[in-house]
Amino acid sequence: MPDAIAVQDLTRRFGDFVAVDRVSFAVATGEIFGFLGPNGAGKTTTIKMLTGLLHPSDGTAYVAGFDVADETEALKRNIGYMSQLFSLYADLTVEENIQLFAGLYGVTGPRLAARRDWVLEMAELTEHRTRLTADLPLGWKQRLALGCAVLHEPPILFLDEPTSGVDPVSRRHFWDLIYALAEEGTTVLVTTHYMEEAEYCNRLALMNRGRLIALDRPAALKAQMTDPILEVATDDAPKAIEALQHVPEIVEAGMYGRALHVMVTDEAAARASIQRTLAGAGRRVEHITVIPPSLEDVFVALVRRGGGAVVG
Amino acid sequence: MSPHRLLAVARKETIQLRRDPRSLILAFLLPIALILFFGYAISFDVKNISLGVLDRSNTNESRRLIEAFTSSGYFTVTERLARYDDADAALADGRAQLILIIPPDFQKNLDAGRPAPVQALLDGGDANTATIAQNYADAIVAGYSADVVLAGRRVAPPLVADARVWYNEALESRNMIVPGLIAVIMSIIAAMLTALTIAREWERGTMEQLAATPVHRLEVVLGKLVPYVGIGLFDVTLAVVAGIVIFQVPFRGNVILLAVMTFLFLVGALGLGMFISAAVKSQVLATQAAMVATYLPALLLSGFIFSIATMPLPLRLITYIVPARYYVTVTKGVFLKGVGFNVLWPDAVAMIVFATMGLTLAIRAFHKEIA
Repeated sequence: MPDAIAVQDLTRRFGDFVAVDRVSFAVATGEIFGFLGPNGAGKTTTIKMLTGLLHPSDGTAYVAGFDVADETEALKRNIGYMSQLFSLYADLTVEENIQLFAGLYGVTGPRLAARRDWVLEMAELTEHRTRLTADLPLGWKQRLALGCAVLHEPPILFLDEPTSGVDPVSRRHFWDLIYALAEEGTTVLVTTHYMEEAEYCNRLALMNRGRLIALDRPAALKAQMTDPILEVATDDAPKAIEALQHVPEIVEAGMYGRALHVMVTDEAAARASIQRTLAGAGRRVEHITVIPPSLEDVFVALVRRGGGAVVG
Repeated sequence: MSPHRLLAVARKETIQLRRDPRSLILAFLLPIALILFFGYAISFDVKNISLGVLDRSNTNESRRLIEAFTSSGYFTVTERLARYDDADAALADGRAQLILIIPPDFQKNLDAGRPAPVQALLDGGDANTATIAQNYADAIVAGYSADVVLAGRRVAPPLVADARVWYNEALESRNMIVPGLIAVIMSIIAAMLTALTIAREWERGTMEQLAATPVHRLEVVLGKLVPYVGIGLFDVTLAVVAGIVIFQVPFRGNVILLAVMTFLFLVGALGLGMFISAAVKSQVLATQAAMVATYLPALLLSGFIFSIATMPLPLRLITYIVPARYYVTVTKGVFLKGVGFNVLWPDAVAMIVFATMGLTLAIRAFHKEIA
């Protein structure tokens, strides 16, 4: 089976600024493919090129077999797209929005009734079908937007930060819907900056400053991490991180809530140094434990290894 | 082109329009308010001119002449002057716009069959009113002279230009204003209505979702046009009815011809608004640009107020690219002259060109690329 999405050296420049820089990857049919990276990394620009909304400056991309540069109309019939900001019509009701997009995607006749009911049920909006979209909570709006994007049962679905600004329960609920669609064979390309969401993806592309810096399964990405990570809990995290600035065994330190995550070169040596330095600075150490790396740790480490900085 | 997609856009636009008070006011309240406002306020007719009288003859004949002024309906005597020296003050204060001076030998001259000149002093500060008042005064004096001749006195027969006015027999300026006004108001309203429509999609972010669908820009532009053409036709109907019923302007032409011409004009004007909207992508900016692009040209260069034939050549050339010019010709022609297609076909051709251009510009300016 050919790849649902095949991208080769895709580039987009805005004047002198290179928003997406020679990105290449392929997505298999039925895969949930994630794009992870800070704001400004080029995720949205990439998605806009793949959905035919933005013309690439260079490189090629085929989505569902269509060239994104010049087969945009055919391409758009075969994909669903949910943009980063809510962009349905707020002054239309739930049902009117569904009807509009059904008309635009050519879903008509008996199929329209069936698909409309399916979307209303999927988004749990059957009882709110006559409400103005503007009056719905954000989580409900997002479900409606997803429904409108899959009305025409597209084989490939693009979701640009579909859950940003939504509470964790709604976010979880939304991902259940994505899984259900993927199980029915829909290929899903999703961008996010929530690390825990990235874990839900089959494969993950990490982007920074327009470049693709890593691409693998989430578990494999974490396994790449060779440097151990210590969680250091103290009585005062900000003062502790200041005290640890010049410890030679520390590669990277950051605050996670009240604790510190410290990436080190050698676990035993670092443990001793940290204990000693913090004691010297008058901090009380509650515990120092080795923890498994999170995707964020992986991301930061990869950027550092590439000699770059994280934007955003 | 898919009728489904075009219809989906038209339907959605209609629903949005129905729920947007600003658009509703613009579409339904403003045109009729403007027609009423301008219809009542703009008048080039001058009535109730204040008349100062210095009657140094004080005879039967002199009183008959004054009577001829007041009974014409155009003049009201506001001042009786005793001395010639008071005339200056009366004009300067604005107590009188015209002062009629009848010399002491007025009746004597008439009786002797000699010419009997009278003098009119006018306030030239308002040149327009002064000219009109002078014309009225001339006419009244001429009429009075004719009476004198008919009464059997020997007066050298005056040379009379027997002018006859066609199309607007009463020379009611309202008859000329209302048809032209319909054209001017519709130029403005049409462009303003659609100026909002594409800019709104950009501002609210809905353009992104719309652009991600297979909808063609031709379908978006035409679909959006449908409800506005309907509103435009409704507005013109309302304005025509108001013109006939409220202002009693005669309607002598063919309704179908006016409807077809109106349709052509609306497509062009609405297309122009949509072009502006798509080009500037901001509702405020688009509204202002639509105002500037339509209001002044339609008001000044369409032949609505100022006759195009008497304009200097450069301005006259510019009027050819003012769409309202052709539509003003159409509304005036159909209303007052009852002319048909055989006369208006050049305007029809111009409006077809304008409609095609408006649509082409709108479609070309409408990009589905989202940065």
